[in-house]
Amino acid sequence: MNKHLFQFIALARQHRVAAALLFLLVFPFLMPYDALSVNILIFGLYAVGFNLLFGYTGMLSFGHAAFLGVGSYLAGITVVHAGWPWWAAILAGVAASSLVGLVIGFLAIRTRGIYFSMVTLALGQIVYYVFYKADHWTGGENGLRGVKVEFIDLPGISINFLDPLNKYYVIYVFVALALWFLSRVLSSPFGAVIEAIRENEKRAAACGYDVARAKLLVFVLSAGICGLAGTLRALHLSVVPIDSLHYLQSGQAVMMCLLGGMGTFFGPFVGAAVFLYLEDVVTNLTRYWMGVVGIVFMVFVLFFPKGLWGTLLHQLERWQGRQGGAA
Amino acid sequence: MLDISPQLFALQLMTGIALGAIYALLAIGLSLIFGMLTVVNFAHGAFFMVGAFLGVHFLGITGNFWFSLLLVPLATGAIGLVCERFLVRPLYGRGIDYPLLLTFGLSYVLIDVMRFAFGIEGLPSSTPAALRGSVSLGFGHFPLYRLFLIGATAAIVLALWLFIEKTRYGLIIRAGSRDPEIVRVLGIDISRVWLLVFGIGTAIAGLSGLLAAPTRAVNPEMGIPILAESFVVTVVGGMGSLPGAVVAGLLVGIVFAMTSLVAPEYAELSIFVLMAVVLLIRPQGFFGKAGLMS
Repeated sequence: MNKHLFQFIALARQHRVAAALLFLLVFPFLMPYDALSVNILIFGLYAVGFNLLFGYTGMLSFGHAAFLGVGSYLAGITVVHAGWPWWAAILAGVAASSLVGLVIGFLAIRTRGIYFSMVTLALGQIVYYVFYKADHWTGGENGLRGVKVEFIDLPGISINFLDPLNKYYVIYVFVALALWFLSRVLSSPFGAVIEAIRENEKRAAACGYDVARAKLLVFVLSAGICGLAGTLRALHLSVVPIDSLHYLQSGQAVMMCLLGGMGTFFGPFVGAAVFLYLEDVVTNLTRYWMGVVGIVFMVFVLFFPKGLWGTLLHQLERWQGRQGGAA
Repeated sequence: MLDISPQLFALQLMTGIALGAIYALLAIGLSLIFGMLTVVNFAHGAFFMVGAFLGVHFLGITGNFWFSLLLVPLATGAIGLVCERFLVRPLYGRGIDYPLLLTFGLSYVLIDVMRFAFGIEGLPSSTPAALRGSVSLGFGHFPLYRLFLIGATAAIVLALWLFIEKTRYGLIIRAGSRDPEIVRVLGIDISRVWLLVFGIGTAIAGLSGLLAAPTRAVNPEMGIPILAESFVVTVVGGMGSLPGAVVAGLLVGIVFAMTSLVAPEYAELSIFVLMAVVLLIRPQGFFGKAGLMS
């Protein structure tokens, strides 16, 4: 019995992308309603992008809303003002957020540690104010409305994007691509370099790696993934709220990532699911959602810094160790 | 063509200094806590907001501004002491990100506690009766309250400087920020010093909220943008430096006020651009030590 379980766990960890995607494939049937699953999928991807920087490279950014928001806005603007098709809008959003990531990353990696968190927060607020003021293009305070994508036209088939379950599986395809890409990055030599930077930056530099370049590259990759999440969110909501650029939205990525388990492959999805499910339940009971999430978050920081998924993996390893020792 | 008279320019400069005084106070609190505990207090804006609420509330009950000027820092300082003792202290030695994350969660809780206590709309704030009206400064009439704001800030900065430079406790604080290990070896309980410093930092944050209340809307969200702005000041001035906090606070206030005069729609943006420029030219800030960031 234990042996089969061991084999199953080993298989799942070896094929982490397939395991994650298999779970996400049936996920909508475990949730009370489809719109929530779509939200979790999108914010899970946002937290995954953030986790690449925070969990794997050890850089705590408080400016990632800039990339989510720029992705959303550029996808929205190209659809609303230029009438671009959905796929071009997604490309535009990802390209723009990567570019903004390059600029912010270039400035921010000149600083380290806590300073980096403060600087990314402040630089992210620049993007917020720029989009806030450019109301001719962005709708300003009211957000950008009318990002209408009703059908996803593919050669030979047209998918009704208004149906929430269809929406989920269209977005699922992009999440699958992003997860596959992320897994490739993490298991490449570059993935080893960024983890070396997290463990000891000076040592990584002494080993001859160009730390500044690696940090900038991982910052841009992380921004691009968050930007993809942003474009998908714009298509999903058909509006882009201005709050999606605010640093509190960056804080949401931080919270989701920590709740799930930073530096784990699947943790960010767990974190996004718990956060959004909790939000759904709590806002029905009380209007003090911020206070509740603040307390939950503080409890995790104090007592479960590995997060739900990270703690589970840790316990599993300990249990396997004991079983292995007994056998 | 912009038509700005020298009088208007001078008045706007004074407005900028009054705004900068608030920024300077906030940045001093942040820097003090960071210099001692290497903790960035993400709840600093929330303590500012709590100070503003308590200030308006105490003023309503007692009717005495000077009394609430004394009471508010004591109250926010006490909240700070409790938070340090029970929430931040368990995290020392576990990596610099954890206290930061914790205080971010704390800011959410403080915001909702104020919503619960005073409602989501906020409170109407007014200038205390003794400080209403304006005074002539030779180049025009300037609101008395803003002049008081500048004077009060100068007094607080001076008192803090005397406390840190001239007293026995200040000596321990200075020694503790250089080398906590040695201070401990000398038989001083450093954790009590950290507690005290966190309390002083949050007390100043509350005090700046109280002082700023008559000049802006008092609502539970007022601390959210202020946090980002005080980070700008800290980055420009140099982390952990008290003179840096004062100089950069005034500069940021003046830049904000002058941009509002010339191009009001870019006022918020201007101070963030200032920070980006400082980062390019001098990443450690005006008074920061280069090694502090690593």
